[in-house]
Amino acid sequence: MNQVLLLARRSVVRTLRQPAMVVPSLVFPLMLLAINSSGLESTTRLPGFPTESYFQFALAIPFVQGALFSANSAGTNVASDIESGFLNRLSLTPLRRVALLMGQLTGILALGLVQALTFVGVGLVFGEGIEAGPGGAVVIVALSLTISLAFGCIGAFVALRSGNGEAVQGVFPLFFAALFLSSMAMPRDLIEVNWFQTVANWNPVSYMLEGIRSLVIEGWNGEAIALGFACAGGIALIALAAASSALRTRMVRT
Amino acid sequence: MSVARAVAWRNIHNWFTNPALVMPSLLFPLFFFTAFAGGLSRVDSVPGFDFDAGYTTFVYGFVLLQAATFGGIFTGFSVARDFESGFARRLMLGATNRGGIVAGYWLSALIRAVFTITVITVVALIAGLEVHGNGIDVVGLYTLALLMNAFAVLFGTGVAMRLRTMQAGPAIQTPAFLLLFLAPVWVPYELLTGWVQAAASVNPVTLVLEAGRGFLVGDPTKVLPAFAVAGLLVALTTLWARGGLRSAEKVA
Repeated sequence: MNQVLLLARRSVVRTLRQPAMVVPSLVFPLMLLAINSSGLESTTRLPGFPTESYFQFALAIPFVQGALFSANSAGTNVASDIESGFLNRLSLTPLRRVALLMGQLTGILALGLVQALTFVGVGLVFGEGIEAGPGGAVVIVALSLTISLAFGCIGAFVALRSGNGEAVQGVFPLFFAALFLSSMAMPRDLIEVNWFQTVANWNPVSYMLEGIRSLVIEGWNGEAIALGFACAGGIALIALAAASSALRTRMVRT
Repeated sequence: MSVARAVAWRNIHNWFTNPALVMPSLLFPLFFFTAFAGGLSRVDSVPGFDFDAGYTTFVYGFVLLQAATFGGIFTGFSVARDFESGFARRLMLGATNRGGIVAGYWLSALIRAVFTITVITVVALIAGLEVHGNGIDVVGLYTLALLMNAFAVLFGTGVAMRLRTMQAGPAIQTPAFLLLFLAPVWVPYELLTGWVQAAASVNPVTLVLEAGRGFLVGDPTKVLPAFAVAGLLVALTTLWARGGLRSAEKVA
């Protein structure tokens, strides 16, 4: 336990100490939110649009976009530990694989917490508040952390499989494709293009966005929240198992 | 001329043979096109949205300019990388005419942009792009796009030659990103609201984008102001790149 805490502390300090990891993960999502919420405000005039403020609708996007940056950061950190030989040295300790991974991912969760609190704050200051109230804000932060963990585990898996940071960077556009091909910009029932609607229906990112969005604009929608947590938690579990397996393979090679 | 040709050849060769360089140039405009032409297609039903050729064509007008501009920006990254690796310094010592180095980077950006634009246009045609303009309109549209490409590469080269490190990336990318996205990207200018409308009203790219969409729909609008603005941007960034070259020469 003590070793895991040491690893977690190292991971948090290393992540939060790098402005290149923290600043873009806060600035770019907020910039996109500012531009899109003003640029697409007229979309709320469409019949059936769930809110009269596009800002409220779009507020869910930074949480997921920030988590995508987390995936990149988690993967880059793990890859850097592999390249520097740190992971080889860790493999000589009696640490369990999952504990080792969670220790490594704590920094990403800390970054996810900073992101979630910032985005909730921006929503409260510039938007019309959170319909589900203070309890809803807590659930948003919890869901946001689960999403960060899910994408962070994918980033760690890619790094452990490939062993280099360049491969992690190469996967980054795919994460963005997942965000773009979701209900990011429009509710699913208002998407006109059939193939896009089908992709968005199958895309788990749609449900992560809708979980957060429901708390912001609707209040307590149990189905949307459950689906959001199920998708994020499911991906986190699968990716954690895959990363753990990749770590075992890497340790055997060591 | 031989210097320009050699620099362009090397840059193009590196670009086409390195997927890590080709893919972002292709994928990001394609993501934007797919996500917004598909996801936001209902926007053309918003009261006040008046664009005969449909939303796919409307978005294509923006993505075309984005692809051309970012083709130039990514070439700026290549210049920075050449300085960081020390190659550019050796190039400066070996080149008979150093202006040819900038010309070579511009030529490679042009070829990269033509390739990216071709791919995006093919995808857009498959997705339902409708070009209502005639041949002259099409020439006007792509000339504007290539002028934006020249503006971007000259701006990026100027920054990269002054800073001479890959850390120059954000300084190259951010102004171009802001210029592009503070224009009427997803809806016409009249439907913008708030601070983005105020920013779009003074953003030179708004004119270029509106003229491009006018060419697409076969109703040329604001053609002269758009070409004047694009020409002015190219002229100013030519001076900026020349200044960058002088700065790099001092340390070469």
